[in-house]
Amino acid sequence: MNSIEATHLVKKFGPVTAVSEVSLTVREGEIFGFLGPNGAGKTTTMRMLTGVLTPDSGSVLIGGIDIHRHPLDAKMQMGVIPENSTVYGDLSAEQNLHLSGKMYGMPRGEREKRIDEILSHMGLFEKRHLPVRTFSKGMKQRVSIACAIIHRPRVLLLDEPTSGLDVQSRRLVIDTIREMNEAGSTIFLTTHNIEEANMLCQTVCIINKGKIVAKDSPERLRKMFDTTQSVEVSFDRAVTRDLFVADGILRAEPCGDKWRIYTDNPDRVLKYLVGLAGRESIGITSLATSGPSLEEAFVQLTECA
Amino acid sequence: MMVIPLALRGIIVVTGKNMRLYYTKPPVLMFGLLFPLFMFFAFFVGRHLDLVAFFPAFLAMMLFFTASSVGPLITPWEKRDKTYERLLSYPVTQDIIILGDVAAGAIFGIGISLCIWVVSTLFMPVAVMSPGLFVLAFVLGTISSSAMGVLIVSPGSDNPPNVMIFSNLIRFPLIFISGIFVPLSQMQGLGLTLAYWSPLTYLVDLFNAAMSGTSAFSPLVDCGVLAGVSAVFLLAARILQKRNLMKGM
Repeated sequence: MNSIEATHLVKKFGPVTAVSEVSLTVREGEIFGFLGPNGAGKTTTMRMLTGVLTPDSGSVLIGGIDIHRHPLDAKMQMGVIPENSTVYGDLSAEQNLHLSGKMYGMPRGEREKRIDEILSHMGLFEKRHLPVRTFSKGMKQRVSIACAIIHRPRVLLLDEPTSGLDVQSRRLVIDTIREMNEAGSTIFLTTHNIEEANMLCQTVCIINKGKIVAKDSPERLRKMFDTTQSVEVSFDRAVTRDLFVADGILRAEPCGDKWRIYTDNPDRVLKYLVGLAGRESIGITSLATSGPSLEEAFVQLTECA
Repeated sequence: MMVIPLALRGIIVVTGKNMRLYYTKPPVLMFGLLFPLFMFFAFFVGRHLDLVAFFPAFLAMMLFFTASSVGPLITPWEKRDKTYERLLSYPVTQDIIILGDVAAGAIFGIGISLCIWVVSTLFMPVAVMSPGLFVLAFVLGTISSSAMGVLIVSPGSDNPPNVMIFSNLIRFPLIFISGIFVPLSQMQGLGLTLAYWSPLTYLVDLFNAAMSGTSAFSPLVDCGVLAGVSAVFLLAARILQKRNLMKGM
């Protein structure tokens, strides 16, 4: 059974078509990654999936219920973390969770038990009575996630949940997503972080300019671009980009103190680099090849669309 | 089958959230409570007016200001703090949010105005001739005023100070043309024509009918107009907010 089923979604803002004929299905129990560059239509799609925005045409079914015809029943099955959306700063973490629990109709006793459990898990139990406005961004995001999962939703939709978080908060968010999934929730995750999508998702969908350009498993998406591999090299002194003009080199990008060279022929590039180092009397401090990455697939899909 | 209890629960939870979060916000206290009190002092104190005769109009003014001061604040405040999208993603609809906002304004209006009436009875003989009409005046007055407050904010803004200024731009002129400071029987010409177009006129008239037994219109007309404008304000707020949502957040 599909937990989320969107069919031919279209949304226009004046003359601009933000989302055009987007159709997607998310299977029950799956972690589904929704990727795209800025302005691609990710948040607009997410808002239509969560019933916040009404599409100009198309439909969204959550657990088989049309969210725009029966919004209350459909939303009862969902937990949502909107992009940049905060919880109420004047309320404490505990009060925010009570509000959220009441919205989902949880009885007081069950609510209190779950709030204690969830605040402990999120590392916020000691600060549960403090107003959320005094919290750091990471702590606020933890409260936000706690509000979305308090009722153990069947479907959890998260819009950029780890954006701008410190390492500890990011790990906690990712662990929570995994735990919710293991407990049976279907996860729909929009993210800029390709590595995160690669690590978490069973299916990745890439949207660009309002249209779906690819949908597959991260591994299969990577293989679609297996003609593109990369060589990472670092030298004992600084070099300029003009040294990396040769047959087989598609492009070169500085990457910290290294250069990443994209190629369809790693053998030729390795020989060229070794020859270059000898000719110019430059020492090679590290040299490594790597296969096609999901990031490369993402770049190619969103550049050529 | 589940829709009605879910919707009712949504209205109650949204109303409770609004009461907890917005009743003590400075703009609500300033424009909902202090301003009408200042207006009372400015116009009635030291002018040897019959306070008992003017009390129904003063009570109507208080009720109008208090009930209409909460609604304009809520949505802009939520949009500015980026909590509005989260609210919409809960099991509520825009209609439920609008009704929760109206209910919060109405309860604030009833609470404050009742306190003022009770305290006033300790100092002056403000009798109630018709308790039924008095209750109706409270209920219809708070709902229509609160619905007006929600309508004011509906064109869409995420800047609470701007919305409060706009709201006062509408509310202040109404108190001068609605028979509060000049009784309807003494008004004529353009002033009287404008008074007929102000919903507050009918609330003042209904309070007069309930407390002193004299009114310019039949209480049925007053009640009909207040119920009618409440429905129109709610419908207009719904259409405008739905249009805003179609355009984006």
